[in-house]
Amino acid sequence: MEKIAKGIPDIKDWGIDADPENDPTYPMKPNRTDEEQNGYTWERSVQQAETVEILKSTERPNLSAVFGTSVPPKGLSGAIRRYAYKNSEGQFSHWLPLLIADRVNVVEGIIDDLKKGKVPNIYAEKGFNAMWKYNRKAAIGMIAANVAAVSALGLFLFRGRIFNEGKSVKKALQNYNM
Amino acid sequence: MNYRGPGRVRAEEKPMPEILHPEDCIVKVLRSCICGSDLHLYNGNVPDTRVGSTFGHEFVGEVVELGSEVNKLKLGDKVLVPFNIACGKCSFCRQGLYGNCHESNPEATAVGGIFGYSHTAGGYDGGQAEYVRVPYANFGPTVIPEGMDLDDAVMLTDVVPTGYQAAEMGGIQPGDTVVIFGAGPIGIMAAKCSWLFGAGRVIVIDHNEFRLEFVKNYAKCESYNFKSIEDPVQFIKQTTDWLGADVCIDAVGAEAAGSAMQTITGRKTLMQAGSATALFWAINAVKKGGIVSIVGVYGPTGNLVPIGNVLNKGITIRANQASVKRLLPKLIDHVQKGTIKPKALITHRMPLRNVSDAYRIFSDKLDNCIKPILIPPTVKE
Ligand SMILES: NC(=O)c1ccc[n+]([C@@H]2O[C@H](COP(=O)([O-])OP(=O)(O)OC[C@H]3O[C@@H](n4cnc5c(N)ncnc54)[C@H](O)[C@@H]3O)[C@@H](O)[C@H]2O)c1
Ligand SMILES: [Zn+2]
Ligand SMILES: [Zn+2]
Repeated sequence: MEKIAKGIPDIKDWGIDADPENDPTYPMKPNRTDEEQNGYTWERSVQQAETVEILKSTERPNLSAVFGTSVPPKGLSGAIRRYAYKNSEGQFSHWLPLLIADRVNVVEGIIDDLKKGKVPNIYAEKGFNAMWKYNRKAAIGMIAANVAAVSALGLFLFRGRIFNEGKSVKKALQNYNM
Repeated sequence: MNYRGPGRVRAEEKPMPEILHPEDCIVKVLRSCICGSDLHLYNGNVPDTRVGSTFGHEFVGEVVELGSEVNKLKLGDKVLVPFNIACGKCSFCRQGLYGNCHESNPEATAVGGIFGYSHTAGGYDGGQAEYVRVPYANFGPTVIPEGMDLDDAVMLTDVVPTGYQAAEMGGIQPGDTVVIFGAGPIGIMAAKCSWLFGAGRVIVIDHNEFRLEFVKNYAKCESYNFKSIEDPVQFIKQTTDWLGADVCIDAVGAEAAGSAMQTITGRKTLMQAGSATALFWAINAVKKGGIVSIVGVYGPTGNLVPIGNVLNKGITIRANQASVKRLLPKLIDHVQKGTIKPKALITHRMPLRNVSDAYRIFSDKLDNCIKPILIPPTVKE
């Protein structure tokens, strides 16, 4: 208390009713140390080397002393993520591009699989076996939805060819590196 | 385990993790769990969840490699690893806020590092794997006491501390009525722990009959199905002499059901950071001057909640990621003395290679699932 009071303008009776038991974060702070009043001055562990590209929040001056190195940003999703990290965490322009990048990344994941000669078994990945065993109705629903989606896509591509819109579809696919 | 997109995960070989910092260690996983928090990732609701990531923040294992500066552990130690990655030295850690460490997540300041929990929580690969890199090995990993069952130990990495902290943040006073939304592992544990703080009445709300029946027996509390109640808020008012509960706990988070409007805007179209149905109910069902304790997880953008009622009713909201390391000494003791018996919540043991089915079963609450654990192929049971 005294320590905090030091930097505070002279206000009469400042802090006389302060009640540590009434800290709304109590009991999270059983030993209030007032250390945050000292700012970013604690003794940090040695800094982990940045061996892969790490996108840093604009709301901190440095990388944290340790960090994860899984799946560095890459491709179109990586470019979107780099853009997103230019905006602070308080802005939608940070989070919404990240959600879009996550979706783009799904398509990139399938392309990556195909490039490695692996056709992803999406049914298995979605736990279709478990669904079939314990929730037959949902499993059949999933098949029906997929059949509908595939037919709609087929129809779209077919119609595209007739009306010579195939080019734009092809172009879109090229943009995706397919 | 390898995430491929919303609703899609598979088992796949990945390179061995390496020591990247002198205070790291490598842990060979003996058991890991799937958590309600993983479902937010699985459903694609957490921004910056990259394809190719490995999830899993609840695991126990054996230390198989040590960084040059690790002196608190030795090879062969069996450890339980708190889900939060904490340095133990920053001003937040020094105040016991180990879920809010400032030195474990470069990507966001709003949350500390968490194993296997997207790049928004630090970009770490998680424990639904055979081996994991564990940073700050002098601080986080805790040696499992002699004689403790590994199934109990793995529940101490998240479920027990989170349920306990949910009740603790409720500031429960002797005789208080506590209403808990959600009868998942977290809600069940919160119900159990509410009594330890002296609650006078504990009520759990969910729509999963099996879980409601389970919690009624396990925590010796009341439990009600919100599907068979027309209006849960009105129901709670009525059953508390028309005043509301002293404490409401949100143990549901972003995947909540029960309101079409919340589900469409929160889960289907992601116009808000998850569906806030349970939180909405909690705020409206708590007494004036009461406390709402939130452990259910939401995304980082924003949610539709009746904040005007928070003001008008003078409600205190308390919330956090559980501070696992702070609570461990007390909770290990509770488990050893039999006050809390966490492994009773484990309903499914599945091989790690069946991770796709395990996620489906837990996510859709199939086969009366409460808590599934995954066993890596390297482990003989
Ligand atoms: N704060 C933390 O440290 C922390 C730690 C672990 C988990 N969590 C969070 O706690 C929440 C619960 O985790 P879990 O493992 O028990 O998940 P879970 O998915 O097993 O359980 C959630 C339960 O909520 C029920 N539910 C859905 N809508 C509801 C509603 N409107 N009202 C009441 N119940 C409803 C579901 O039927 C389900 O039984 C998740 O959001 C998870 O992310 C937080
Ligand atoms: Zn968890
Ligand atoms: Zn810290």
